Amino acid sequence: MKVVGKALPKVDAVAKVTGRAVYADDMLLPRTLHCKILRSPHPHARILSIDTSAARRIPGVLAVITGADLPIKFGILPVTQDERALEHQKVRYVGDPIAAVAATEEEIAAAACDAISVEYEVLESVMSIDAALEPAKDERIQEYGGPNNVHKFVALEFGDVDGGFERAKTTREDVFFFQGNTHLPMEQHSAVATYVDGKVTLWSSTQVVHYVHRALAKVLELPMHRIRVIGAAHGGGFGGKTDPFAHEIIVCKLAMLTGRPVKCTLTREEVFYAHRGRHPVLMWVRSGVDGEGRITAMHFRSALDGGAYGSYGVASTFYTGALQTVTYDIPAYRFEGCRVFTNKPPCGPKRGHGTPQPRFALELHLEKIAHDIGLDPVELKRRNFVQPNTRTVNWLRITSCGLEECTRKVIDASRFHERRRGGGHGMGFAISSYLSGAGTAIYWNDMPHSEVQIKVDRGGVTAFCGAMDIGQGSDSVLATIVAEELGLQPSDVRLVTADTDTTPIDLGSYSSRVTFMAGNAALEAARKMRAMLVEAVEAGGHRYDDVTFEEASVLAEARFGTLTSAGSYTPPRIAGPYKGSGVGPSPAYSYSACVVDLDADARTGLIKVNKVWIAHDVGRAINPLLVEGQVEGSVYMGLGEALMEEQAFRKGLHKWPSMLEYKSPTFLDMPEVETFIVETIDPEGPYGAKEAGQGPLLPVPPALCSAVYDALGVWIDEIPVTPEKVIEALRRKDKGEPARYGPPRFPAIPYPPTIKVEPPPKNLDGHVADQEGTR
Amino acid sequence: MLRLPRFRYLRPKDAREAARMAADLGPRAMFVAGGTDLFPKLKRRQFEIDTLIGLDFLPRSVRNGTDECVIDAGATLAAAAHDQHLNIRCAGYAQAAGLVSSPPLRNAGTIGGNLCVDTRCNYYDMTYEWRKAAGFCIKKDGDICLVAPSSPRCWALSSSDTAPMAIALDGMVSLSGPDGERELPVAALYRDDGIQYMAKQPSEVVTALRLRATPQTRSAYVKLRRRGSIDFPIAGAAIALVLHGDVVSDCHIVLSAVASHPLEARAAEEFLKGRPLEPEAIRQAAELAAKPAKPLDNADLSHFWRKRMVRVVVEQALRQVSDQQAGLGG
Repeated sequence: MKVVGKALPKVDAVAKVTGRAVYADDMLLPRTLHCKILRSPHPHARILSIDTSAARRIPGVLAVITGADLPIKFGILPVTQDERALEHQKVRYVGDPIAAVAATEEEIAAAACDAISVEYEVLESVMSIDAALEPAKDERIQEYGGPNNVHKFVALEFGDVDGGFERAKTTREDVFFFQGNTHLPMEQHSAVATYVDGKVTLWSSTQVVHYVHRALAKVLELPMHRIRVIGAAHGGGFGGKTDPFAHEIIVCKLAMLTGRPVKCTLTREEVFYAHRGRHPVLMWVRSGVDGEGRITAMHFRSALDGGAYGSYGVASTFYTGALQTVTYDIPAYRFEGCRVFTNKPPCGPKRGHGTPQPRFALELHLEKIAHDIGLDPVELKRRNFVQPNTRTVNWLRITSCGLEECTRKVIDASRFHERRRGGGHGMGFAISSYLSGAGTAIYWNDMPHSEVQIKVDRGGVTAFCGAMDIGQGSDSVLATIVAEELGLQPSDVRLVTADTDTTPIDLGSYSSRVTFMAGNAALEAARKMRAMLVEAVEAGGHRYDDVTFEEASVLAEARFGTLTSAGSYTPPRIAGPYKGSGVGPSPAYSYSACVVDLDADARTGLIKVNKVWIAHDVGRAINPLLVEGQVEGSVYMGLGEALMEEQAFRKGLHKWPSMLEYKSPTFLDMPEVETFIVETIDPEGPYGAKEAGQGPLLPVPPALCSAVYDALGVWIDEIPVTPEKVIEALRRKDKGEPARYGPPRFPAIPYPPTIKVEPPPKNLDGHVADQEGTR
Repeated sequence: MLRLPRFRYLRPKDAREAARMAADLGPRAMFVAGGTDLFPKLKRRQFEIDTLIGLDFLPRSVRNGTDECVIDAGATLAAAAHDQHLNIRCAGYAQAAGLVSSPPLRNAGTIGGNLCVDTRCNYYDMTYEWRKAAGFCIKKDGDICLVAPSSPRCWALSSSDTAPMAIALDGMVSLSGPDGERELPVAALYRDDGIQYMAKQPSEVVTALRLRATPQTRSAYVKLRRRGSIDFPIAGAAIALVLHGDVVSDCHIVLSAVASHPLEARAAEEFLKGRPLEPEAIRQAAELAAKPAKPLDNADLSHFWRKRMVRVVVEQALRQVSDQQAGLGG
């Protein structure tokens, strides 16, 4: 192949590093008004009255709106339409939007917000999972859901779990906690709207132009053809821009009311409130293993602190139980999940969506089992690895799988088994897996998940696709695939992307779906285009490779008229026959393995990460440079979550909504990373490619905690691993207590009876695999 | 976005004029000498002023005498960190200047600005909206201390890295007021109060810092913070001492970020004088130095851990000076 597999620069790299890319906040259309949003100072309160009259009198203020102007509820999932752009009845977290102002200057808008007087009846706030499981003192946070402040229960059982535990030689239970954290993109959310000729146009820093389009149509009560959503140049999402947001709806409404362009750029503090970040998750896991260390059964419980609204929470809850089986062969599996509402900014998807937390628990749990039975943890994990072309007990289809090779690469390169131990030095190992795109759309429909059109005219080629490049390089992937098929360079391909008026649908940059799905759509469109070009060239008695692209396109346009082609991708229907089976299936899974090397100081509890080795099965690297970037970025983010990041609250408020106080690693805190790209050539991925943007984060936190155990002999069963926790664990060890820091117990949760699901045939050809552990 | 408020910017030609402007304008005006802490605080409405008086006229040189180094208040932290003579004679000071924040901010921030930097508290260093939601604190707009509600005072933390080192090196500051100039020991520049943390008149301009260091003086600064860059100190130890043979003849130990002012660890200083600087003495001195430090829950990480770490940073700094050659900065 000519361009696929080459380490070429991103197609938008120069525009971004020279400051020429136009982000939403860079836009300043003539007569633009600036919008500020008044937010709740209370974590939980009823709104008794809102008086905007003083704000309206301030010179320069053109419009003030409240929830009465935008009463229709929305939400990313059809089952949880529980948000209003502005709340006029009840606020549920500090930062909940109440009113918005459009003014000629941002300072005037801010002063007007301060002049709005709101009368509240303060309600008892619910700030923890434990509190949410109790009866509400005043009233529930949301009116729907389970008992007390429970939002969602999930209870599923696959195979003979009790029998599996009976067969086990050893069983073990552990409790873990994964603290919530936020995405921290460099670019704050920003949106600009115009209202011209009865049409709304919104430029936004979003990962999901299509879902924003749908939410605007619903809340603004406009048909979709009167709304155009354009993804502006993007400064980072990581899942934090995957919901439709209040400010996006608000600027559209204000533009409609004033007839002028309206812009809103969130402050960094407001980004912490918009959130939708990693759920704090408390987890309990019990597993049984046979005499060889093979898992006979697993029972996994999760409790997610969801914050005040639904967001992606139902999906997040399922994800805390879905992918355990995709790395380890678990013959019988019970999962009970629960998400609660609390008076905090809503949680949602962050890089790895709902799976880094159970991955953390599962990897450490298996490490502990290995220590219990005196087996090398790497060997114990290896004995349980899934095999390619199998189906898991919860019906997930595994095709290509580079788990063995990833493990071999990092274990060999790090000389893991010859490591120096003691003196505070340690190494830890962990693996993971992630989706290459969710197998189902967020709202039920039979249409493709991604569509691409290609236009060729007199030597020029343009590809149109709804895909939004959020910095991960999706534009580069599209250009590379089209270029490869047509015999061009990626820089020869013009792209029109993420514009609901001019591009066909792509569902968005989430669930690691774009390379796989938009890539396949682009491949189909490009192959159709190539076929036309080849036919026209060969009709003239030439070979395609012997003429220039310009000559070929002139011949083809003369022969066929306007040259367009289209391709689309619909994932295969592979979900299992049970309710809730829509979360977890993916056309392919990526695999990662990681080793962390660190020094831990027993006196201070401080940890210095020396090096990380990581191998990632990406199927095929369409651009190895971008894959390495994604893998290293994932390691960076994983280390931040493991060591310091914390969405913490004090007295009902976010404790540190600023980039200085919310600690995330700097360049100086980043260790050397050695990345190995493993290629398994997936049968369904474009050229065999799978995802790279999320999966490599997952093994980093558990590998780090294993390394701390290796170094100091204490388990830190919750992240972030702060020095205080290490010191406390060492103190307990010295006193002869369990050498551990972590949650003491898992709460009693009234899960409903499990839905029992028959496991599928193990092999994809329908035969039950003849393998130990399944009999 | 968070916007700066509108303000008037005055450019006096010298310190006397700047001081007179400040005296005339009163609390509605502030000096700016770098602004790396001031501008974010203006955005967060922690400072509410209508006029800034620019101190960019201040000279920026570092001059060296036999037993002292004089640094103009306008010298940047980066310049101080990189100055060759300072690195030899007042190694701890150069070290402290080089540990402030991040490289871009050290290129803008000045040594005068760092001496006067506002005290910090994570109930105070927040936006107007956050502070309003939390309930305003005594340091700005409110009447109680949110970290110690039963206390009548403000417990914001002295967060200068260079001030403790300047005190350890017997520093003197030159102040220029509307009516004249004076010199003050750096230690006398601060008060034990989170709000009125400076003892100088608000209209007085810090124009220079004179550090006293004989060729025998050894000095070191150890800073504790979560990350390798950006963060303010959450504990720190500044040490300057003179050894006669093996024996400590003079010694200063000053702690950063454990009180509202740089905290001089007198008992530890007295303990070390006349003793050889060996591991057991270092351990005991560190123990004594940590005693007066009473961190509260208003900075990063837990105050229990920070208290425990004071001992560690003092030990680390003492070990650094013990390994140094006198006057050569290690």
